[in-house]
Amino acid sequence: MTIDHILAGLYVFSLAAFLGYQIISKVPQLLHTPLMAFTNAISGVSVVASILIAGRKSDTLLIPILGAIAVASATINVVGGFVITDRMLKMFKKKGAAK
Amino acid sequence: MSGLLASIGEDGAAGGMEGRVVVYRLALFVASLLFLVGLRMLTNPETARRGMQMAVVGMALGILGTLVHRDIIHYGWIIGGLVVGTVVGVPMGLLIPMTKMPERIALSHAGGGLAVALVGIAEFVGGHVHGRFAMGAISFEVLMGAITFTGSLMAFGKLAEILPGKPMTFRGQNAANFLLLAGAVAGMAVMVVNPALSPVFFALVAVSLLLGVLLVLPIGGADMPVVICLLNSYAGLAASASGLALDNNVLIICGALDGGSGLILALIMSKAMNRSFSNVLFGAFGSDAAAAGGAAGGKSGSVREGTPEDAAELLKISQNVIIVPGYGMAVAQAQHATRDLASAIQAAGASVKYAIHPVAGRMPGHMNVLLAEANVPYDQLYELDAINDEFERTDVAVVVGANDVVNPAAKTSPGSPIFGMPILNVDKAKAVIVLKRSMKPGFAGIDNDLFILPQTMMVFGDAKATLGKITAAMKGGGH
Repeated sequence: MTIDHILAGLYVFSLAAFLGYQIISKVPQLLHTPLMAFTNAISGVSVVASILIAGRKSDTLLIPILGAIAVASATINVVGGFVITDRMLKMFKKKGAAK
Repeated sequence: MSGLLASIGEDGAAGGMEGRVVVYRLALFVASLLFLVGLRMLTNPETARRGMQMAVVGMALGILGTLVHRDIIHYGWIIGGLVVGTVVGVPMGLLIPMTKMPERIALSHAGGGLAVALVGIAEFVGGHVHGRFAMGAISFEVLMGAITFTGSLMAFGKLAEILPGKPMTFRGQNAANFLLLAGAVAGMAVMVVNPALSPVFFALVAVSLLLGVLLVLPIGGADMPVVICLLNSYAGLAASASGLALDNNVLIICGALDGGSGLILALIMSKAMNRSFSNVLFGAFGSDAAAAGGAAGGKSGSVREGTPEDAAELLKISQNVIIVPGYGMAVAQAQHATRDLASAIQAAGASVKYAIHPVAGRMPGHMNVLLAEANVPYDQLYELDAINDEFERTDVAVVVGANDVVNPAAKTSPGSPIFGMPILNVDKAKAVIVLKRSMKPGFAGIDNDLFILPQTMMVFGDAKATLGKITAAMKGGGH
């Protein structure tokens, strides 16, 4: 890993953290629970790292097993998180639209 | 702007990439953009659902793009993991009741922490971690991931009342935690200096798992909103660290968003309780010591008790009513009964608004979700600052299972543990109806002067049953 790689990663982190802070500060209290479920779902993107571990060449069986457990727990978050976020967002209605 | 930040990291690896790697990298790039746009759309209830759908597309792209990665030589374990995750995740998402949302969020943080920690461990064991920086990042990832895993399990146990909600403390606890944390940091430093030292790495894993347990156990049940948010933030930081170590930008970005949102929500929560992070985390609030100090503000006075019929009579002659829900509404699953009462009040000709305190419930936005489930339109829900001046012009404030967030001691008793906490000015309303199971004090063990005010009527009993009786009395009444 070169210094360029490291710095590039830190750039991405800093900019994403800044942008995330700006966006999330604007989320109203009304949507804070869906926000948690949503960020929970997208943080399940660690599934992509888990997939690589579960599927790549390895000398021991331990690695793909660890990978598969990681894939499963990340997938639960992704799938469950999105399903719940959707369920909640569907419920938020304005007056008149209710019922 | 967002395009720029996702592409910065990709440039370095250009040159000699085969088609499949290009597909993989592009898929993750587009996924990152979709996540950011989706999050932006989540700031407005009108666009939130479409924003979520964009994130779903992003996630699908990311997974599909990864599946064609050239390093993948067998698919059995991957498909097994995906199938198990889906089979567990979908019913969990569909069936979980809205009142159990804090538990489910805590549990999913545990899953997220576990996944990230396992990724770190597997990368280390598989010999894929190269260089001191990557080793430092992996160590940090495993530390945070493992703390999130066991810490979230403890938070889940407290919320589900498998574990006692009271703080569990022992002498020298903070010192012990500090030593463990120092040990973990030292372990990380050793790993950076000597990246091949696997005993230290596994010791780090063990210490982190233990830390997660010990850090959360001393925190009381009512402080769980802050804890959940902080664990959310830790899970995000762990994911970002893993992205840094694996040179994977989408992980860095999602981790930063997750970490940022957890931190912001935790700050909002602790501000709404007028407490610092360190007080929440190490103060063992709600223990006997804090409760003893709380008695200072308590005046003696008699409680005026009323029947559901008395409450109905009062509501019938009101012009405007504010309903203040709290954790008790969630416990009694009384959100539908609350809405029914609101409809009956409206049918009798009065206006109804809901006042939502930021820390009402066990999770940010808890009350909003429950009331949305009961079909309450969200434009009837008002935040603390938006409604607090209206109480003095309000005929009746109906408190459904809220306690500390309406305790005037926060304004009047400097000796009270909750002094300084912003509260809803329910005591300013012309009349107050408090629905409560018993005279038992709230989590902080503090007497609530609101209950002995002359304009306050207490209606004891299960909130759901009481609400039903009041509603029936309002409809059936006329005598």
